[in-house]
Amino acid sequence: MSLLMEQALNGVQLGVTLFLLAAGLTLIFGIMGVINLAHGSLYMIGAYAMAAVAAKTGSFLLAFPAGLLAAGIAGVAMEYLVVRRLYARDHLDQVLATFGLILFFNQLTTILFGRQPLFVEIPDFLEGSVMIGGIVRYPVYRLAMIAVGLATAIGLYVLIARTRLGMLIRAGATNREMVRALGVDIRLLYTLLFGVGAMLAGLAGVMAGPILSVQVGMGEQVLILTFVVVVIGGIGSIRGAFIGALAVGMVDTMLRAYLPGVLRQLMAGPDADALAAGLSAMGVYMLMAIVLLVKPQGLAPAHG
Amino acid sequence: MKLKNSISAAVLAFLVAGPALAQQPLKIGMVTTLSGPGGYLGQDVRDAFNLAIELEGGKLGGAPVQLLVEDDALKPGQAKEIAERFMKTEKIKLLTGIIFSNVAGATVPDILDNGGIYVSPNAGPSNFAGKECHKNYFVVSWQNDTLHESAGQNATNLGYKKAMVLAPNYQAGKDAIAGFKRFFKGDVVGEIYTRLDQTDFAAEMAQIRAAKPEVVFQFHPGGLGIAFMRQYAQAGLLTEVPMVVAAPSLDAVILKAIGDAALGVNISSHWNSDFDNASSKKFVAEFQKKYNRMPTYYASQGYDTALAIAAALKATGGKVEDTNAFSAAMRKADFQSVRGAFKFGPNQHPINDWYSLKVEKGADGQLGIVTKGKVLEAHSDFYAKSCKI
Repeated sequence: MSLLMEQALNGVQLGVTLFLLAAGLTLIFGIMGVINLAHGSLYMIGAYAMAAVAAKTGSFLLAFPAGLLAAGIAGVAMEYLVVRRLYARDHLDQVLATFGLILFFNQLTTILFGRQPLFVEIPDFLEGSVMIGGIVRYPVYRLAMIAVGLATAIGLYVLIARTRLGMLIRAGATNREMVRALGVDIRLLYTLLFGVGAMLAGLAGVMAGPILSVQVGMGEQVLILTFVVVVIGGIGSIRGAFIGALAVGMVDTMLRAYLPGVLRQLMAGPDADALAAGLSAMGVYMLMAIVLLVKPQGLAPAHG
Repeated sequence: MKLKNSISAAVLAFLVAGPALAQQPLKIGMVTTLSGPGGYLGQDVRDAFNLAIELEGGKLGGAPVQLLVEDDALKPGQAKEIAERFMKTEKIKLLTGIIFSNVAGATVPDILDNGGIYVSPNAGPSNFAGKECHKNYFVVSWQNDTLHESAGQNATNLGYKKAMVLAPNYQAGKDAIAGFKRFFKGDVVGEIYTRLDQTDFAAEMAQIRAAKPEVVFQFHPGGLGIAFMRQYAQAGLLTEVPMVVAAPSLDAVILKAIGDAALGVNISSHWNSDFDNASSKKFVAEFQKKYNRMPTYYASQGYDTALAIAAALKATGGKVEDTNAFSAAMRKADFQSVRGAFKFGPNQHPINDWYSLKVEKGADGQLGIVTKGKVLEAHSDFYAKSCKI
């Protein structure tokens, strides 16, 4: 029972991390129509800025906003200098240009920080683990990640559903030409939106820093899974990204945890383990295929 | 007149070019992993190889050499293309550098089929060590299994009876688990295959906790190892279940990245930076002087590979065109390896000693990997006997 609880928490934690990445990606993809492969680079920038500031000052409270800020600034700069020129182009050009950005950022990071991964310590007040409900012991830091992720999800919901900016974003997603015709500075809106998406990716990177290794290329590892989340959830939909992220996080974790045990009932140990590893690696992609088969627009599509 | 002029010009050009041609350095192609989480592995191999060339004043075994390095980005297809380009357009016969076994699996057969020589500074997959061994294929590092056989023996020596094993689901991961199990005398209560691109191991940590083994053996090279070790410590498992690993899962870089969490981990390796032999001492000192960082064992293998090639070049007078003569010279392994005694077995994979190491705090409070004792002596690999060269 406690193992199931722990694995469920792991699934949620992976889910909210993916959500932070997917939220920005889905907004940019769904509203601006840009496929931004360099979204993972923003995640990396967040993690590196945080690691660098933490190493210099030794303060997590300074490093945390520094990571967000760096990712946000990088995002705005990326939009202003490169992505802005791509709105009218087709997807192939966008993929090409943003793939170039990945190479650029990876190389820049290598020049600035070298190839050795950086070390970020978990802040003291989030160290250790706690008992939850007397049945499962769980690391405090991962709980904090879940809390921050959920809080961000709520914040985003309020931003999109309750504010004027959110209204413009929704309107832009539905019909951007009409919004423009009504006199809204759509360019500024896009830049702003790109910055928000970048900050969310940065937030994911900042939080992942202390548990993963902060290294060049860390963004590409999560990028594919993030795209899966966006597709499952429905392109352009924050709600969809949330549902998709939790689904992917949960399916991935549960398959990894329980499939070997199930298969071991059916065949010899080592074979079962190897087969289970293969199947669970495919799990999220099978989920995506099934979702696309049943609901081609994704689980919670943005427009009707 | 005009004709005469151009003929004399041609003759002149030939005369000038002649000696220059003779001094043309021998090109060596290095296909290695420089980007991504495994990037520091290739970087250390490359830097150490370059160091060996530099220490000889731009030469290896008396022959001027030029090292061409390209990044395979851990993509087998990309590595294959680079190797092809090296061989076709650059006319390179001698290649080295591949870090990951899955990359080697795609690239090495092509090199050998096209008449090239490949000297591995790292990957030593089992499928090329036995029946598929080749007279132009040398592995200076180790056969994959032997790394983990040493860990299995180490775990047995330490008296553990119940082990859980984890490795990524690819050739080297499978070799790792096979190797560990071959020399571990206790029970293996669970095998988990992770993914080569995995970053979060929370699900695996929960499984380890539930299985309650006496010891955990895991193989996660490079960035994977950092994430794994840290999450192992953060889950509070390091104090509950001790860990036995082979060198790739806890090298000098991983140690630096995880800090105190690594205290007390048991490692087994063929080389460590504290080895007390002249070749190793010189290597560690020169490497630190030039690059201002501690060499990992990957660096030691890059250096050994360069030395092995240098010895062969010296014997052949700097020529690789006659691959049979070069291979015969390589086989003698006439060089001072940083790991001490070294020779090639019948399948041209190394025979050497294996040592147990432990992460400890030195007198200065700095964490270090300290050599404790010998685990296996003059150890060859399991596949050597099925190789007929």
